[in-house]
Order: sequence, then structure tokens, then C-alpha cells
Amino acid sequence: MDFPGGKAMDAVFYDSQRQGRFSFYMTSGGEEATAVGTAAALQPEDVIFSQYREHGVLLHRGFTLQEFAHQCFGNKHEPGKGRQMPIHYGSKALNFHTVSAPLATQLPHAVGAAYALKLQGVKACTAAYFGEGAASEGDFHAAANFASTLGAPVLFICRNNGYAISTPATEQYKGDGIAGRGASYGMASTRVDGGDARAVYAATAEARQIAVAGGCPVLIEAMSYRSGHHSTSDDSSRYRTADEMRRWRARDPVERMQKWMTHQGWWDEEQEKELRQSSRKQVVEALQIAQKEDKPPLSCMFTDVYADLPWHLKEQQAEVADFVRRHPEMLPAGMPNDL
Amino acid sequence: MQGRSCGLCGQTRFAEARLVAAPKTRRHVSGRNSRCITRAAASGPKLMWEALREAVDEEMEKDPTVCVMGEDVGHYGGSYKVTYDLYKKYGDLRLLDTPICENGFMGMGIGAAMTGLRPIVEGMNMGFLLLAYNQISNNAGMLHYTSGGQFKVPIVVRGPGGVGRQLGAEHSQRLESYFQSIPGVQLVACSTVANAKALLKSAIRSDNPIIFFEHVLLYNVKGETNDNYYQDLERAEVVRQGKDVTILCYSRMRYVVLQAVQELEKQGIDPEVIDLISLKPFDMHTISASVKKTRRVIIVEECMKTGGIGASLSAQINEALFDDLDHQVVRLSSQDVPTAYAYELEAATIVQPEQVVEAAQKIVQKQMAYA
Repeated sequence: MDFPGGKAMDAVFYDSQRQGRFSFYMTSGGEEATAVGTAAALQPEDVIFSQYREHGVLLHRGFTLQEFAHQCFGNKHEPGKGRQMPIHYGSKALNFHTVSAPLATQLPHAVGAAYALKLQGVKACTAAYFGEGAASEGDFHAAANFASTLGAPVLFICRNNGYAISTPATEQYKGDGIAGRGASYGMASTRVDGGDARAVYAATAEARQIAVAGGCPVLIEAMSYRSGHHSTSDDSSRYRTADEMRRWRARDPVERMQKWMTHQGWWDEEQEKELRQSSRKQVVEALQIAQKEDKPPLSCMFTDVYADLPWHLKEQQAEVADFVRRHPEMLPAGMPNDL
Repeated sequence: MQGRSCGLCGQTRFAEARLVAAPKTRRHVSGRNSRCITRAAASGPKLMWEALREAVDEEMEKDPTVCVMGEDVGHYGGSYKVTYDLYKKYGDLRLLDTPICENGFMGMGIGAAMTGLRPIVEGMNMGFLLLAYNQISNNAGMLHYTSGGQFKVPIVVRGPGGVGRQLGAEHSQRLESYFQSIPGVQLVACSTVANAKALLKSAIRSDNPIIFFEHVLLYNVKGETNDNYYQDLERAEVVRQGKDVTILCYSRMRYVVLQAVQELEKQGIDPEVIDLISLKPFDMHTISASVKKTRRVIIVEECMKTGGIGASLSAQINEALFDDLDHQVVRLSSQDVPTAYAYELEAATIVQPEQVVEAAQKIVQKQMAYA
């Protein structure tokens, strides 16, 4: 269900952005096996830090299509209270940290969280996802060095999807990819076919065992391809050929899994068709429901900046309330005024 | 200029006369001047680094989730001894020595804070935390908000800042003004042995990300602490009550101001001295009570003139207390230059007691001229 659910969500939500229903979206086409394969090998107590292209991980953990839709619309139902842009999900209940936009900042977080697990005697690991482009950031090197030196049980999971917006991997690094860096930090590393869900699963299961038993980090570089554009703000036909995209899409991980399952006699065309249709239907319904829901109330602009509301925010909140009282037409539709 | 040997580290200090005089001044004032508000001491006198160390020790003992991370905090005991020998009591994991990467260990502290710990992250010098700015601003400040309150960041970022003794530009920075705009962080500056311990204890207990400013020249100030006392992080200290002018200051400038006060008293000028303590948010309650009384304000800061703490405080006072002012808010700040190594240049860059005296004379005399 993660696979067709994810694909349907990507297709429908991408189009929704184009229709102006929400401001932004990022698809994860071509990388579903990396996301779902790794997630399936983790335990619920493993803490996840993602970059932004790991919807499959959150889906696998149990975030519903409806919850995804709520987040994209930033309505009152989403746990982030409408504060983060679309696809910057977070769910404490599912042990999935809210996405922070600056690249690679989540990697040292994962090291800190692993340290916290260790200090509190919890037998689990953290999993930090990032792209091959983000791996050029200083925080990658800091996190890798810290995790190895301090002995933090972190799975560094790199989605090498060939592109960082328009920058191809050949222009992102000169060494042996990201896996090649692991040894220099004293870290067990592996490279895996990111389009093969079973291979990804096997690699992650093994890595997790090493990390938790040894209290040390492991680096996994999953090779795949970013089938879609970087985001709804990108048109990748400007920097890659239709031929290249066609060849990679022919190796789509979801289709590969589908073919393998069919070959085993566990799946067929009919079930596939049915699942795709029902997934799409579910997504569209979720979208329609989410779009109608109210946004979080006006007070949410000021809460959670601190644990409590300090005087200067109370003052600013009062100014906003006063302004809205005098200009009620300025209050957006669907935003309750609770001030 | 006659040099004096520092008893602790043997370093010869020149203008130390000023700094050493300050604590004596404070005790003198608290003993004789009934208008000065200080607390009764509960234990023997100690140095500020010892008081900070006590705060860390006490909170680590009470709460197993409190930990320290940074460079040389473990076996070395911290560059300013704030974690001296604590690793012997709590182990290497809770006094974590990290490799050198400020953004790395800041991010690590944030991740640990979001996973149930209360980390104290030490910057060896506040200036180095410029490297950690991304994590502090985008994550420590924002994640509680952007996660909808799901994840909190109860982190204390502490370390020495301010102008030291000829340490050169990169080691003499005043980061409080750089951090002040970041939404979601709280800024506290300690100044005495008593408030250093009491404020650090409160900061560790707080659920907000707190940037805790110590001053590189105050670690050897001697004073008393109060047992088991948690000081309000958002409350300014009225150091000396007065009626002629409100002098607002924080950190080491408190001592500079108190030195000026000795001279001003001789001239019959009666200043009210307030130590801001809370740099974000400002304690406008205490400040406005004072301004309404004196109607004149001088801000004494170590920050640069442009964009300093004084700049933002001046704007607030202007907006909130315009009708209560008889004079524009006066700011005494450092020049907008990198702090030079040469002693004379360094001294000329920062505010000296003579400047405070002159500013107070001017502001009070102008008033008297109209009276």
C-alpha cells in the first residue's frame, strides 16, 4: 500500500499545486524503494530525521493519506499547526522529526538523538536521510565525524538520486560517491541498489543490527534516480534529456516490485489495477476533505515560539487582534479569530 | 603602568585595578547603602567559575537528563573551568568532549534536546558560535514552533563573550546583539557570582532554548551565592536605587557603571542602576518603573553602536515611554570597529567609567539648567 499510495499521492498533490491549491510540493518518484525499504527494516522506537523526499518512510510508519493532505493545506488538523511548508511533515507519535528546510542540519540532530538514546539506555538507533547533494554540506562531515568518534548508533541513509536540483552527481563530488567517504570516518559503509526494495531492506536490517549492537554509525548509500522534478518550482527538462528520464523510469522501483511479486505468484494485473484506482480515489478524497477544513486559529501565530507567551509577544498579539478588529476583511477566509 | 599579578593564573594584568575594585565596590555599596538591593549570602565567598560549576553540578545531580557537550569540557574541565572535574562524578558520556565543529555539536545538542535530554552546550568563546548560527537560528529557535509544539529544545548555550584582555578581534566579540533577533531563543546575561549561579540553574530548568552570556573577564570575580535559589530569567536587577538618571547595563558593564557611580555620588548625582539580566525579552516592567521616576536614561553596553542591544532597547524605551522622558535616550556603546589587540586601542573601543560619569553629568545638568 505504501507504494501505490505514495505514487497516487505524488501524482495528485503535484497537480494540486499546479492548480493553485497549495503553494509547493515535492514528489519522490523513483526513490520509493529507498524510503519504504529502509523504513520497513527499522523499529518504531528508532528515531527518524528526514530531508524532505522520504514520504514513503512516513507512510510506512502509519501517517495516513488524510494526514498528508492536512499538512499540505496547513489546516487545523495537522500537528505542525500550519507553520511549515508542504511536505515538511513531523509526527512525534510516529517518531518522525519535523522536517527542517536547511540541508543536512538534521544529520547532527540524529547524532544528538542517538546520544540521548544511549544515555537513556534505550536499545534503538536513529536514521538520518539525506541526498548526495546535501552530503556536501559541512553538517554531513560534522555528523559523520561526531557519530564515529563518539560512538552514536546512527544510520546515515543517503539517497543518491543523481541530481541536486540541476547539479548532477558528477559535479557534486569527485570521490567514490558518499559510501566512499565512510571509511575515512571509520564508519562501516555500503552501497545498495536503491531501486530494489528487497536489497534496501536487507542492507538496512544488517546496518541496524551493527549500529544498535555496536553503538556506532553505519553509512548506506542507496543509488536511485529522481524521476520527477526537484519540486514544483523546477522544470528538469531544462537540464536533462527526455531519453535519460525515459530509461530510468523504465526501471521504476514500484514497477520492479510489482513485477517481482507477480512473478512469485503473489500478485496480478487485476489487483494492481484495483489498488491503483482505490489509492487514487483515497488521495482525491483526502484532498477534498483537507481543502475544506479550517486553518489553525489566529492565536497559533504566537503560541509555541516559547513554552509560554512572554510580554512582548502578548503585546504583538494584542496589536494583531486590534488590527483585525478594525479591518476584519484582512482576516483570511477559513482562519478562525480566537483573539 | 604598574602591572599586578593575577593570583590564579599568574598572568600580569595592567588595568586590573578597575576590575578588582568592582567587587569591593559592590560589597561596599551593599553594606552601607540601604538603597542597594542585594541578597543575603548563604555560603562562603567563591569565584564566578566555581559558582557556575556549582549550578551545573547541582542540576546534573538532580536530573539525569542534564548533560554537557562541547570542546574540552570533560577531562580538561572546560577552558574556564566551569565543568572542572565533573567528569569524575558523572562520567565521560555526560560530560561529552566533542570534535571541533561548533555547528556539529550545536546540532547534536538540539537533537539530544528533542529526544528527552537537557543539554548544556558550551562554546569555548561566544564568537566561535557564529559557526553554530545556522543551527541556533533555524533549529533551536524554530523547531518548537514549526513542529507545532511537538518537539521542544530545552538547551542552554553558554560560554564567555565580550572584550577580554588583548585577545584580538575574533576573540572579543559581543554576540548578544547578533542573536537578539532570532525568534524563539531567550537571552540571559549574568554578571555577579550570585546571579551567575542562580540564573544558570533556572536556564537549565527552562524548556526554552536559552543563550547564556558569561563574560571572559568575570570568571575570577569573587562573591557569595545563595543555596537552592533559582533566579527569574526575565527579571532585571535594581543594583542601586536613585532618582536622577536610570543607567541600564549588563554583564561587565555593571562594574564599569558602579565605578562611575562612586564618582557621581561625590558630585551629588544620584543614579539608579539597573542590570538588564534578560536581554530578550527586556524586563520593561522594571525598566519603565525606573524611567517614570528619573525621566532620563543612559544605556551602557559593550556591544557596537550599530545594531547593539542598546539600539533595540532604546527603540523600545522611545516607543513605550516617550512622554516620560525629558531627554533622548543616551547610548554609550563600543565603536563600530573590530576590537584591536593593542591595549590602548582596545581600551578606547569599549566604554570606560569616565564616559559614564560624563554622560550622567551632562544629562543631569541639562535638566538642572531647565529647572
